[in-house]
Amino acid sequence: MNVLQFTDNGIYCAAGDFYIDPWKPVKRAVITHAHSDHARWGNQYYLCENASVPLLRLRLGNDIKVQGAAYGETIFFNGVKVSLHPAGHIIGSAQIRVEQDGEVWVASGDYKLENDGLSAPFEPIRCHTFITESTFGLPIYRWAPQQQIFNGITQWIYENQQAGKASVLLAYSLGKAQRLLYHLKDKVDHFLAHGAIAIPHEVLLQEGWPLPPVERITPETPKTAFKNAVIIAPPSAEDNVWMRRFQPYSLGICSGWMQVRGNMRRRNADAGFVLSDHADWAGLLDAVTATGAEQVYSTHGFSSVFARYLTEKGIAAREVTTSYGDEEIINNPES
Amino acid sequence: MQQFAELVQLLSNSTKTNEKLGALSQYFATAPDKDKTWVLALFSGRRPKRTVNSTQLKTWCIQVTGLSDWLFEECYHTVGDLGETIALLLPPRTNPVAAPLHYWLEQLQQLEKATEETKQAFILQAWDALDNGERFVFNKLITGGFRIGVSQKMMVNALARTYDIEPATLSHMISGNWDPHNVTIEELLHQHTTGADASRPYPFYLAYALEGPPGTLGTEKEWQAEWKWDGIRGQIIKREGQLFVWSRGEELITEKFPEFVPLNTALPDGTVLDGEILTFADGLPLPFQTLQTRIGRKNVTRKQLQEAPVIFLSYDLLEWEGTDIREKTLAERRALLETLVQNIQAPVLQLSPEIIFGSWDELTQLRLQSRDKGSEGLMLKRKAAAYQVGRKRGDWWKWKIDPLTIDAVMIYAQKGHGRRSNLYTDYTFAVKDGDQLVPFTKAYSGLTDKEIAEVDNWIKRHSLEKFGPVRTVQPQLVFEIAFEGIAASNRHKSGVALRFPRINRWRKDKPVAEINTLEDLKELLRVNGHNTGS
Repeated sequence: MNVLQFTDNGIYCAAGDFYIDPWKPVKRAVITHAHSDHARWGNQYYLCENASVPLLRLRLGNDIKVQGAAYGETIFFNGVKVSLHPAGHIIGSAQIRVEQDGEVWVASGDYKLENDGLSAPFEPIRCHTFITESTFGLPIYRWAPQQQIFNGITQWIYENQQAGKASVLLAYSLGKAQRLLYHLKDKVDHFLAHGAIAIPHEVLLQEGWPLPPVERITPETPKTAFKNAVIIAPPSAEDNVWMRRFQPYSLGICSGWMQVRGNMRRRNADAGFVLSDHADWAGLLDAVTATGAEQVYSTHGFSSVFARYLTEKGIAAREVTTSYGDEEIINNPES
Repeated sequence: MQQFAELVQLLSNSTKTNEKLGALSQYFATAPDKDKTWVLALFSGRRPKRTVNSTQLKTWCIQVTGLSDWLFEECYHTVGDLGETIALLLPPRTNPVAAPLHYWLEQLQQLEKATEETKQAFILQAWDALDNGERFVFNKLITGGFRIGVSQKMMVNALARTYDIEPATLSHMISGNWDPHNVTIEELLHQHTTGADASRPYPFYLAYALEGPPGTLGTEKEWQAEWKWDGIRGQIIKREGQLFVWSRGEELITEKFPEFVPLNTALPDGTVLDGEILTFADGLPLPFQTLQTRIGRKNVTRKQLQEAPVIFLSYDLLEWEGTDIREKTLAERRALLETLVQNIQAPVLQLSPEIIFGSWDELTQLRLQSRDKGSEGLMLKRKAAAYQVGRKRGDWWKWKIDPLTIDAVMIYAQKGHGRRSNLYTDYTFAVKDGDQLVPFTKAYSGLTDKEIAEVDNWIKRHSLEKFGPVRTVQPQLVFEIAFEGIAASNRHKSGVALRFPRINRWRKDKPVAEINTLEDLKELLRVNGHNTGS
């Protein structure tokens, strides 16, 4: 039974008449997380995890009609049973479990298996059909434990300071930036941040997330403030005149794509830190196995490779084209 | 090995020349002596002998990881580098070994006559001993080709800084035929006491492209003009009764060109000529394509000698009667060269003719004949200038003719390598032939990073089919392709082969219906194709 189907508007549940992360405006949208390729503007009603509500309002406007649900809480749509479960991707990110007449489908949204300390840790959900992301669905993507990466970042900051340079870390404004702040908060006394990071940060502090204070960079911030500073900026700030004021500085990019040297060279970064909020190859396989799903659909990234691999392993798997980034996600800061 | 891996990492990431220079000179100041000699050899294109090949590496990696062939290939096409792909795929090491670079290189060299099993055992053991960065470097040592943005010039400057030797002198010291196995860096850099290697070439002097009109160079009288030839830049050296032919890539290519053997008796000892190796018939150069048939081969066949005979078109004399005369003026060197070429009367040694011109305007007119002469344009050389080292602005200029262009549509795309890894950057283009599209060239460069990102994104959304790493795309994007020459070719479906094709610009303004036709290409071949490169 097709509990969910793939339509031009997005992933659709006909029996419950709702969409999951639709890319065209619909009546009812169940949202996995607040990133812009998943939570789009223009839907009449939104449902998301409680922690996502303020983020959705921040990004889509205060006037959206949004309902929050706790992880594990059950909501019925025309008798179809819907619940949200931790995906470990960013604060408030959820997998969507949909059950109709005993048939269970789960749409993963984006996820990672490692506990980042802020997002509720990923929980595998048993299901018949699993719709999984596959952004890093190639065996070359293997993440080191985050502690190792953060030690590397700390060391890099220290070396920059010895050389009298500021450390500019590029990290996506929602998710990666908070993860950096959370893990570096005991190593760094003071953070400066781009407005794109300072704004959601403000909202998250109000919500009580255990994050250190940051100083927002404005045109009035004196140049002296940047000496030896630790600055967090979104990837869009790269190659931007905005960065010139930090001279002298060293640029570090935090992204799973930094795993491949060519990507790093292309970005002209001084350092690349392989830090991702997506599952690596082994993580994707573990997640799929843990669901016990008989049928798997893979979306975004290396979806065809991942589906072919699963098929070889005896799991009925297929690639589905969605509008969540596709491979161009390589240039998409949300990775 | 760790130190070398870190050096490679830094060199390949840094975009700042000073930072690279600093890292290299730091390396040369602190690395073990034997490692230094190897690094010098590696970064100056002196590859160690291949004892293990890429296919073997790939096969063993697949065995270790248990991956399917197709999955390995997908990884390879995404990473764009075999050595790196393998380094990323291997399981974490279990037996760390800290050994210097030369240890691994020497071990590798000893495998030359080893059995396949011994080779495999060694490689697997090495992979298990090295960390990720070291594995990458180790694999690159085997597959060759360290393209990490270190020019010979930069390395020379770094060494010059560490050892406090004049860069030009140093450049000469490290050129020529030496093997890191039996020479140390100290010996190389103290050679004036031990006697020079007879084969050693001089560093080539390279021209910059002239951007503006030649009038900016001053008075006509101070300049010598020659045709610019599209061959292999080379040096012919006759010393101690032996003849050596060097390419600009500092490769000894004497054996590839038996035509030059008579020069061994004809040239006096202590002579070094600079010039162009060209395939030549009836007073005109043949398409570069014919020369290409000679480059790849180690042993030249009789048929090749007949079909693609070469000459040496000399344009400079660097050493005469055993004396380095590079400090003399071009006018003086040229006079000596002319006398020499006339005296020895060897058909295989020709003189690059000087173009006589009265004014810049006249020369500008003459330049228009370049293509008919089978040349790429003009060379302008200051008569009063010494022969310098490397690419230097001021005294030598190349003034190329404008390229030929054609508007074409992209039909296939493939992911690139190196810094273009995981991006679709290698494209195949087609022209129209009735309602068919006929592929005629590939091009890899010419777009800005921003345009590449845009095209890459478009390709991912407009692919029709996938054939291994190649994607067929909807024929919609039109580009202007520029190239230096065109020649008939029966190896290509279109019947033509282009020389140096690249993307000139993205014609967003042009619909596919208005691209050029196969007939247009053939017309270009008729008009330009007789004498110029392929």
